[in-house]
Formats: sequence, C-alpha cells, structure tokens
Amino acid sequence: MSNLPSTHGDRFPELAATVLKRAKALGATEADLLVAEGDSVSVQVRMSEVDRLSKAREKVLGIRVFFGKRSASSSTSDFSKASLDRLVSDTCSLARAVVEDETSGLPALEHMVVDIPDMDMKDDRQLTVDEEIDLAKRTEQSAFSADARITNSEGAECSAGYGSVLLANSHGFVGSYASSSYSLSVSPIALDSQNGGMQRDYWYSVKRKFHELDSPEKIGQEAARRTVRRLGSRAITTQEVPVVFDPETAKGLLGHISSAVSGYSLYKGASFLLGQLGKSIASDLVTVIDDGRLAGGLGSRPFDGEGLPTRKNLVVDKGVLSSYMLDTYSGRKLGMASTGNASRSVGENPSVGATNLFLSPGSYSPEEILKSMKRGLFVTDLIGFGVNLVTGDYSRGAVGFWVENGELTHPVEEVTIAGNLQQILKDIEMVGNDLEFRGRLASPTVKIRKMMVAGH
Amino acid sequence: MVPSLSDFALQEKDVLQALNKATARDVDYVDMYVESCVTDSVSMEESLVKRAVKSISQGAGVRAVAGERTGFAYSDDLSVRDLEIAADTARYIADSPQGNNPIAVTHRSQPSQNLYPLSQPLTDITTEARVDLLNKIDVEARRYDPRITKVMASFNTEQKIFLVINSQGQLVGDMQPLSRLQITCIAEDGANRQVGSFGGGGRVGFAYYLEQNRAMEFAREAARQAIVNLGAVEAPAGTMPVVLGGGWPGILLHEAIGHGLEADFNRRKTSAFSDLVGKSVASELCTIVDDGTLPFRRGSMNIDDEGTTTSRTMLIEKGILRGYITDRLNARLMGIPLTGNGRREDFRSIILPRMTNTFMLAGESDPQDIIRSVKNGLYAVSFGGGQVDITSGKFVFSASEAYLIEDGKVTRPVKGATLIGNGPDVLKKVSMVGHDMKLDEGIGTCGKDGQSVPVGVGLPTIKIDEMIVGGTAMS
Repeated sequence: MSNLPSTHGDRFPELAATVLKRAKALGATEADLLVAEGDSVSVQVRMSEVDRLSKAREKVLGIRVFFGKRSASSSTSDFSKASLDRLVSDTCSLARAVVEDETSGLPALEHMVVDIPDMDMKDDRQLTVDEEIDLAKRTEQSAFSADARITNSEGAECSAGYGSVLLANSHGFVGSYASSSYSLSVSPIALDSQNGGMQRDYWYSVKRKFHELDSPEKIGQEAARRTVRRLGSRAITTQEVPVVFDPETAKGLLGHISSAVSGYSLYKGASFLLGQLGKSIASDLVTVIDDGRLAGGLGSRPFDGEGLPTRKNLVVDKGVLSSYMLDTYSGRKLGMASTGNASRSVGENPSVGATNLFLSPGSYSPEEILKSMKRGLFVTDLIGFGVNLVTGDYSRGAVGFWVENGELTHPVEEVTIAGNLQQILKDIEMVGNDLEFRGRLASPTVKIRKMMVAGH
Repeated sequence: MVPSLSDFALQEKDVLQALNKATARDVDYVDMYVESCVTDSVSMEESLVKRAVKSISQGAGVRAVAGERTGFAYSDDLSVRDLEIAADTARYIADSPQGNNPIAVTHRSQPSQNLYPLSQPLTDITTEARVDLLNKIDVEARRYDPRITKVMASFNTEQKIFLVINSQGQLVGDMQPLSRLQITCIAEDGANRQVGSFGGGGRVGFAYYLEQNRAMEFAREAARQAIVNLGAVEAPAGTMPVVLGGGWPGILLHEAIGHGLEADFNRRKTSAFSDLVGKSVASELCTIVDDGTLPFRRGSMNIDDEGTTTSRTMLIEKGILRGYITDRLNARLMGIPLTGNGRREDFRSIILPRMTNTFMLAGESDPQDIIRSVKNGLYAVSFGGGQVDITSGKFVFSASEAYLIEDGKVTRPVKGATLIGNGPDVLKKVSMVGHDMKLDEGIGTCGKDGQSVPVGVGLPTIKIDEMIVGGTAMS
C-alpha cells in the first residue's frame, strides 16, 4: 500500500481493531468491518478545451454487528473518535430492533482466506493533470481527424483512480488489498447530411495498468468508425429473424445470467433460472466462467466481501447450469456453500456479484457469423431496461445493421428486439472467437436463431 | 430548519479563506457546497424485517468556473486544510492564477419557500415504527390473494442538509427530507411466476404513509399487479395506437423530451432538440412544464443545489417548444433564464441541469372516450424504467402493466414490453388528452452522467396515434 497517495491507510488496521473492540464491549457477539479509501483525478475535454476537471478523495468505514441472530449495518465518512463511537452504539441499537434471522452470521473462521495472492491489480504510475488533459485531447482529436463527418462531440475523458480496501472481523481476520484503474474514452457526434439528424457513439479503454490502455489514436478512430456507420439509420418492418449481438451488447446477456444465478434472486424466487441447477439452460455452445483471480482483471479481488477466497467458478458448462453465485447468507438459504461471490458496498450487508464473468469463445470469426445470416439484424447497441428477471421476458430498444445475404446493407434504429431469455439462451447457435476483456464482463459475438424485431 | 455553518463545525472565515484560494482573475464563478446526509433503511423479506442500515455522509465540493471550463474537487474531510486543497484543485482550470478578489458574504438568505414542512424529522422515526409498518404490509399483501407467495418491502428515509456559499456573496442552505416505501410481490400459479411492484413517497414524513391507509393501498396494488400478470398473454409486436394511463406513464415526457431539453446538451448542440425553441415539437394539445415548487413532491426543492429558488418552467406550450431547463453555467453561457434546475447527487458530484417534476397539463377528453376511440391497440398503465439517446432522439420506456385494446375495449393483460419512439416526433402524434392529470406516487429516480436524483412525473390519459410496441406476438 506504500505507493498509494494515502493519508490514512497506515492507521486503518488499528482503527479497525478499536471499532471492533468497541462493538464487543457493547455486547455484540460478532462484527465485521470494511474500510475503503480512494483517490481519483478525471479530466473531460470537449472541442479541444478542458470542460471539466474533477478530483476526488474519500474514505468510508462500514460496520456490521450481530447480537446473536440479529444484525444491522452502518457507515460513515467521519473517522473522528466521537463519530465512530456514536456509529457503533447506533448500529448496536439498530440491531436490537430487528428480528432474529436464523441464517445470519459471519462465515466460519476456517473458511476465511489464508494466503492473499498478489493479482497484479495495481500500477504505481501517477498521471499528472496535464498528462490527462493531453491524453483526452489526443483521443478527441483522433476521432475528429478520422472522418470529416464528425462535427461535434460530447467530449473525451481520461481518469485515473487508486483505491484500497481493508476487511476485518471479530474472528481476528484482517486482510487488505490495493488497486488502480485508468480509463480513456470519447463520444463523438456525426451530422447526417441527408436528414439533418445526428448520431453519437462511444469507444473506450479501461485497464488496471496504465501501459495496457489502448492508445488515444486507436480509441478515437474506433469511436469515429462506430459513430459514422450509424448515419442513414432507419427502422425496418416487424418480423422474426436471426439476431447477432456484437461483443459489447452480448455482455448484456451475460449480465442477465449473472443476476439470475445470484443466490439472492434465487431464494427470493425472483429468477427465471430457479430450480435449474444441473439442468440444461442454454445451447451446448455456451460455457460461462466467473474467475475472481484473473491477473490484472477489472473484477479480480483476492478475497470477497466477507473475506472468503475468490476462485474460478464454472457457472454454465456446455449449456448446463453448473453453479449458482453465492455468498454465505444466500448459500445457507439454499443449503449450499458460498462460491466466494460476496460483493460489498461499504456499510451494506453483503450481496452477490460476479467478478470477471465471461462466455468462453467459440470457433467462428465474427465475419463468418454474419456471413451465415441470410436476412437478420446485427445489434451493436441496446437501450432501456425491459428485462424481467423473474420471467425472463426480454424486450429492449436496439441499434445496429440490417444484414442481407451475409452483408451489412444499412444501419437500423428505432426498433425493439424481444423474446424470453429461457429460449434466447437455448437459441444461441454460433459463438465467436473474438473474446476480449474490456471490463468485468466479456463476451464474443453471439448469434441467436431468431427473435422478434418490432418496427414499422 | 435552515442549516448554518455551525452545523458542520465550520467557521465562516475558514470557509472564505478556502474559497478565496479558488478565485483568480479569470474565474467567473466559485462556489462551495457543504452537505451532510443521514439515510436509514429497513427492509423485509420472508415476512421478516431482518435488515436495517444507517449511513452518515458528509463533505464539501468546491467548484470554479471559467468560460465553459469547470474545475471541481471534493473532500469528505471538512478540515480547513482539506477545503483549501479542494479549492486549490478547482482553480486549476483558470489560465491565470492571480488577481484575487476576496469573497465576503453579503446575502445571507433563507429559502423563500417552504415546500416540505414536516412535523417530525425523518431521523426521529423509530426503528420499531418502521419495522411495524413493513410487517403490516406483508400481511396485507398476502391477504390480497393466496397466490402471492413472496413479499419484499423496504422503507428508506434520507435527511439532507446543505449550504452553498458562492463568489457573489450568497450564503443559503436547505434541509431536504425524502422518504420512499417500495413493495414487490411475487405471485405463483403452478409453474407460472410473475412479479408486481408498487410504491410511493416524496418529501413527506412518516404520517403520510399511515394517512388514508396509504401504505396498505400500496401493498394491495403491488399484489394486484402480480396477480394481473399471471393472466398476461404475449404482447403485440409492431406499430399501433397506444393509450397511456395517467400518472407514472408520464415517464414518457421525462425520456422523450425532458432530457433533450436540458440546457447542457443544447448549449453543446448535441441534443435532437437543439435550435428548436419556437418551433412545433408536439401536437397543440400538449402543454408540458417542469415544476420544482409542488409541495411535498419527490422532485421538489425550495432551492436547487446552487442556491437558486426553484420555479415552474414552461417547456412546451400548446405544442411549441418554449425553453430549456438550466443551471447557472449553462444559463450564463446561453444567455437564457436561470430556472433553478441545477442539481447534484451529493457533494461528490458536479452540478448538472436536471428535471424536477415534469408533467403534461390536463386536456378535455374523457379517458373512457379515449379508449373507445381505439380499434386495436395497447393500453399501458404502469412502467419500469426508460432511457434516451438525446442525440438521435430515440427513447424507450418499458411497460410493466399493459392491456390490449380490442374494438374500443380494454381486454386481456399483456406481458411487459418496451415502447420505442423518436422524441421530437412522438408528441406530434398525440391526438387526445384526458382531463384526468395525475402526478406519480413518488418513486422516480433519474440517472445522468452516473448521478441519481429524485424526480417526479405526471400525465393525463393520452392517446398516441402510433408507436412501436416491442412485444413478441405478430400483430
């Protein structure tokens, strides 16, 4: 942690011990505590001028106390002794007011992580504000230079963030890790000379290591390409056709799987995958893996939000749902062990979250997948939240291209695509070989046998 | 209660000293926003209130504006040293770091309106009372129908106090209470499992939920929606007439035109509505306002987060676009009126022009006549979220309770479906507006640039002659 621009970090273990001791003194039978600290600087440039410069610096402490089977949580950013004392006693009173929950409690001591691996999540490279301004300007300039039809911009953004997390509990466990992230993005706007309308798109790169970021030129050119290709978009008629999701939109499908296999959705009966463990839920081309220990991964962490070791879980194995994603509480509810997927916002109870979740690549190039389509829709952007995770009903706004005889014919907008996720997952008939991690979720290109496209 | 610097253990001279760090000759405007927020949340599932969470957050954000440039920094430590560091960072955007004009507080004002006088602060509601309310909701929702198998409910309160001090010598603050009750029910009939959600709230105290048995009404409504959905058939796919019910379906206005009329996008000319002031963007039946001054509403504020008194802004008058909603930066750069729509999620966030309560004024049609006028179409009364691409103007919003209209009658319920349209066009297709204008129950949260703020919407029953409905059944 010594490389972090930390002003408080060194005293966190001591602070944690004091707070836990105080909870114990007030009668708590168990407690755990999370302290997070972060610093970040981000710069937004628009039309080659600095539009916004933001600098953030924060710290927050969250505590959860148990009185037998009763528990409560709270958090504060005020680390003064008086404030923390009040927080602990307020949390203890809160815990006494809720009912007993037989399932509650810390994970057993023997399940806590022992060896905390170094997962290469931190870069020591500090960016100056001027460096960030320069990177953002170059990114936006590259988008403008790439195509004369780019006439406006919502701006380019560069940011660098450094953070650290410490988790401690009344078993005596103390663990911490530090991480960094760097991102660069731009959102150019192109003018449609045909109808006077405008189109906007976006491209980005985000990495834990500064030197792994894509170059400003590469990001700007890709953003420009994605924007101008939307010019001349129009709706199509209502019809049922094959639909290809590009890697960015296919990630959305993985996100829905992730929510549906969360232990909390399952024990609340709020998942379309309820009761499907061990059963076929998708085409046999579908293998989904959640890997919490991917070196340098944006979703990686050495231990989860309860201090259990993270690991690599096979969630869907050749179409068969092979594992849910669980923390201790939701696991107990379902009679299973945690899968190391506890995710934790400071001051909240644990919930479940994916780490680095990806769909294993298949054997087809994206070009081969498009070529396989006689008539269909190639989706490159989605809007809206029309997904019902209880039933699997799916209906979202889509942007993309109409495909005839394997060729992109014209851009498409103002249409919806609809189906039910239970069928959509079974209808995956081609998976691309183009897997690339650009965030916590990653998917190659995916082809769905058919979906309902609504338009004119 | 109007907060003062002493609520944050701050001295005026220290704050001014820090703020003066940010002033430079070519800085147009500087402000500091000091905030403290206490949130309490209890939630119930499996008939047990087993989660209680409290959070206390405080800090300050300092902003310096020069031309179109904004420098911003925040700290969750209210020490003089940290405030000075923040101010020093904020002025980085100034070209010339010299020429200080010391700031003095010359206008110490209280908000000129008091839109949410509460008899009891939200922080005084006992945990026992919150727990008791959720337990009663569980019983009520289950009693509605034996097919209701799961009930989840949460009650959240937020008490925020803030002060704004700016380089024009203004020092003003507000206390903003906010509460919300949210209920979700799952109904099961054999293998058929469906969900229904309902809730409400506003800048209201605990008594609001007990008056007129409101909380129990919310519980029955969530249960009713889940039961209705058990009988839902496939939604139609394609273009058809759509009738929207009153209240929350006003999310249409929020997505289709509201975001597109936020001043920042129009100053940058990145909105599909850029340069359309004075032009027809809707049928003449449509008059739409944004109004931050409605008492006790979720989207209302006595003053916005820049200290400007909120107002009622005419957005569209009888179909003609009248104006944009603004914050200080954009109003100044565009030379248009300041409307009191400068908002931020918290001290960590920058000011953006945002909606408050956005709604369409009542028309003259009888809602029953509106439905009767449609041969075949969709009648949508409840919605989940929506989203808009402000540049292309395309927007979506997703129905969670909708029915077929067949031969002028509301018939079978249909599964949720997304409706898609083009913002600058969709309201031109409004051919009937009901006399039943209704505001939503107070559950809306708007997201922009990663910041969430509470908002309200409202709508009378309206008929849109054609819209694309994203169902799965060929119509």
